[in-house]
Parts: sequence; structure tokens; C-alpha cells
Amino acid sequence: MDALIRPAIEHPVQEINTTTDTRDYLAKSRQDAERKGYADWLIVDVDAHHVETVSWPEVTSFIEDPVVRDQAKMYHSERVGAPPYGLNGDLGLRYQDVGGRIPHQSSQREKVTDTDVHRDVVLTRRAMHGLGVDYMVIFPTPMLFLGMHPQTEMEVFLSRAYNRWLTEKVLPGDPGMVTLVVLPFNTPVEALKMVEEFADTPGVIGYCVTSTRYKPVHANEYMNLYRAIEETGKPIAFHAGYHWQDPSLATCNTFLGMHSLGFAWCNIVHMTNWILNGIPERFPNLKSLWVESGLSWVPFLMQRLDDQYLMRQSEAPLLKRMPSEYMSDNCFYTCQPMEKSNMKALECTFDMINAKSNLLYASDWPHFDFDTPSVIYDIPFLDEQAKRNILGLNAASLFGLNKNGPK
Amino acid sequence: METFNVGKIEEFEDKSKKVVTIGDEEVGVFRLGKEFFAWRNICPHQGGPICQGRIFSLVLENIDDKMESHGRIYDNNKVNIVCPWHGLEFDIRTGEHPGNPSISLDPVSVQVDGDAVYLLIEGKN
Repeated sequence: MDALIRPAIEHPVQEINTTTDTRDYLAKSRQDAERKGYADWLIVDVDAHHVETVSWPEVTSFIEDPVVRDQAKMYHSERVGAPPYGLNGDLGLRYQDVGGRIPHQSSQREKVTDTDVHRDVVLTRRAMHGLGVDYMVIFPTPMLFLGMHPQTEMEVFLSRAYNRWLTEKVLPGDPGMVTLVVLPFNTPVEALKMVEEFADTPGVIGYCVTSTRYKPVHANEYMNLYRAIEETGKPIAFHAGYHWQDPSLATCNTFLGMHSLGFAWCNIVHMTNWILNGIPERFPNLKSLWVESGLSWVPFLMQRLDDQYLMRQSEAPLLKRMPSEYMSDNCFYTCQPMEKSNMKALECTFDMINAKSNLLYASDWPHFDFDTPSVIYDIPFLDEQAKRNILGLNAASLFGLNKNGPK
Repeated sequence: METFNVGKIEEFEDKSKKVVTIGDEEVGVFRLGKEFFAWRNICPHQGGPICQGRIFSLVLENIDDKMESHGRIYDNNKVNIVCPWHGLEFDIRTGEHPGNPSISLDPVSVQVDGDAVYLLIEGKN
């Protein structure tokens, strides 16, 4: 070795784990954002998550039923070794982190010293900074399974408590944090009340149905709900999930297989019923958003429904156009987790779903398959305007967000 | 080509690593037995901090002569670094993804001289 040897500097973060600060976790994304100049772009992350169960005693203190609220309080103060009160969850939650390989999926135990705002505000701000986004739409995590709860009233209790807690205690902490109100969809009359109650609440930009459920979205009992949502001018989102106890998915022995299918399957079923029963014809101004199923299922379903519809038109008499036309013109999609192993297939998908106007960026942070904005920015077949639309402007139009960012 | 000292051999336990910064570059230096390997700290998947992830042995399916499965086992002779962003695994010796060798890490020259470990990097003058 010659004399021109210099010492390498030890990196301050040798190994990322569950206590790593989100800013360190996402440092490379932040560097990428600065390199690409995201500061001059509007970037809206339409699907990110917090772990509401970390604050579950706070959330359940917002349950309106006094008996159930006291049950939750006593349960959390005295019961040891049990899951959060009232939640059903799914065994798949145990496998999300691939046995410790993806720490941010397990837990965010990082240090937070700022007590002026809720801890979730601090964590969200750090993620927004790391990803370079201006707005972040916040969704819960274990509550995504509430549609499978055997006690339908528990979905009502917990979703109202969560919506009130989030809009009163968390969202006021940062104008960039917004949400889609979680609807207790298994009880339509209560879902309608929720729409009316939160229609003008600051930070509420739409409504969310968690897709893991067995209710048919075309049932007559939902028509008042759809009319009310249409009148608000805000979209209804179907946030995908999985349910490993679903008889067809129960044959999958890996989270990999079950998750790959489950997150698409629930929205494939709901979209099929949504289109074939003519919901876009009944409510032409109702905008639907399909969240966290990726994109490759959409061209599959478009072709499948078009093919069958031509032969069986009498079973879908409300339709005046091909099913795929409703799916490309009336429906919006979030990209994550964006399948990109075949760029030709992706380009075809973007063309079929009218991505330049109907596709919205979503990260799904902090989950194991999160996407940074670069998944859109780096696409070779998109021009800059299309990238700007997908990364933020389409969402700004759909949700009525400020195109100059939050104030 | 410029040479950087990343530390003494004894600072590295078997199946351990050290992540260092050199200018605007980050490099992970790994020890497996008596061998050292170095890879740039950028995952080819989405640009994540691959070398700041955890180290796991390769997982195998335990198949018998009748092609029946008896669960999964570790191959402790093959050791992977796992990206903490999305879980992509790469063989520390080859830098290749176990399921798709065309996806691989970016190598950096590493040398052992005497009792120390060095990185050789171009264009760092």
C-alpha cells in the first residue's frame, strides 16, 4: 500500500432497525428528492399508514357508547398479553416484516421528543420529508380488517371513534396530513351518518371503504350512501386488504402468495359488481378510487369483463358503454405496489387506465412494499407533464387540494 | 484509483459488516470467514440502503428424495444482506439476488494488506 491512504468514515447508522429515525431510514429517498427537485413539484401521497393501535387507549376513549367505552378502558388498564380492544385483525399481520428483514414494517420505536403535537404527526412529518411529499393521506392499519368483524356494531363504534380521534387530535397538527373517513360499510345507515357528520370536517377529503368484506357493493341499501357521497363532491375509496381465512386464499401457505392475490382479489370482486350493476350510470358524478391493489389487475379485468359483457349484455342492462370504458373514465387508481418487472406491460396498463389523468401516486409507507415517488419519476415512457399529474396534480383535482401545497 | 482504510481485520467478526462513507459514496464492507467483500450501499430495486440491512443465511426448502417438502432450513454457507426497505436479499459473496442473478449489487474493490482492510475506489481524488 502506498502513502496516499485515507481513512474511510464510519457511517453513523450501521444497521437500520425498529428504533431507527424515519429520517435516517428514508435518507436515500430524501437525497433522491433533492437531486430531482421535488420541491418544485406538487407531490401527493394518496395512501400512507399510521399504526393506530399504538394509540389505541386514546382512540377507544372516543367510543360514544358509554358501556363499550368503559369496557375498553378497563381492558387496557388491567388485561395483559391481549390484542387491542375490539379489533379482529388477521394472522397475516404477523408475517408482514418477513421475519425481521424489513424493520419499519414491524414497529417505529424511534425517539420523539416533540410534545407539541401527537407522536403520529411527528412520524408522518418525518416520512413526508423523507419521501418529498406535500400531502399525505393517512389510513389506519389493523382497522383495515374491521369489515370482517363478527360484531357489525363494533365496526361502527371503532370507526366513529377513530375518525373523531384522528380529526380532532392528529390532523390539526399538520396541514399536509389529510384523510378519507373510514365508513362502517357493513351498517349502511351508520355509514351514511358518518358521511354527513364529517362532510365539512377539516382534513377530510373523501371516504374510505375497507375492501376486505363480503358485502355486495351494489346492494340497494347503499344507494342513499352513494347519493350522499356524490353530493359532497368527494370520492369514495376502496382500500384493499387481505383475509387469509377467505376459503380460496386459505389454500395459500405463504404470506407472499396470499398477499399477492388478496390485495387484488377483494377489489376485483368489488369493481366487477360496481361496473356490471351500473353504479357509474346511476351516480355519474360519484368518483371511485381503487387503492393498494397495484395496477396489473386492471387490464386483466377490463379485458375479461369486456369479453363476457358482449355475450351477456342482458345481465348488465344499465351499461351504455363497455365495462373497460367505465373503468378508464370513471374510476381512479393508486399505483402502489406498482408492478414494473415488464415495462411494456406497464406502458400498456398506463394507456388502458388513462393514467395521465386517472392515476395517483401512493407510497403505502411504512409498509413492506412501499413505493417512493421515483417509481413514477423514473418511468421512461412518461413525459414530464404526465409525471407531474400522477405524482400530485391528479390528486389535487380529485380531492380539491391546493396545487401550491398545504398552507 | 484511491485507497481508503476501513479498519483492522480484527474489528470485523465473521458474518459482520461495516458501512463507510467516502465523499458522497456509501460502501458496505462484509467479512465472511477470511474473505472480505464490498458493495455500494444502493439497492438496485428502489435505491434503498441495502448495506444497512440485516444479515441472514439463505433459506432453502427442505425437499426429500420423493420431492416432499419438510419445511424450510438455513444454508449457513450462503449468507445474504437484506435491504431494509423492501427485503430484497443479495448473496454477500456474489452480490446476486438468489432468485434472479441479473439483479445484483454494485461491487467495490476491497483488499486485505497486513492487518487492515482497504477499499480501492476510482475517481476520488
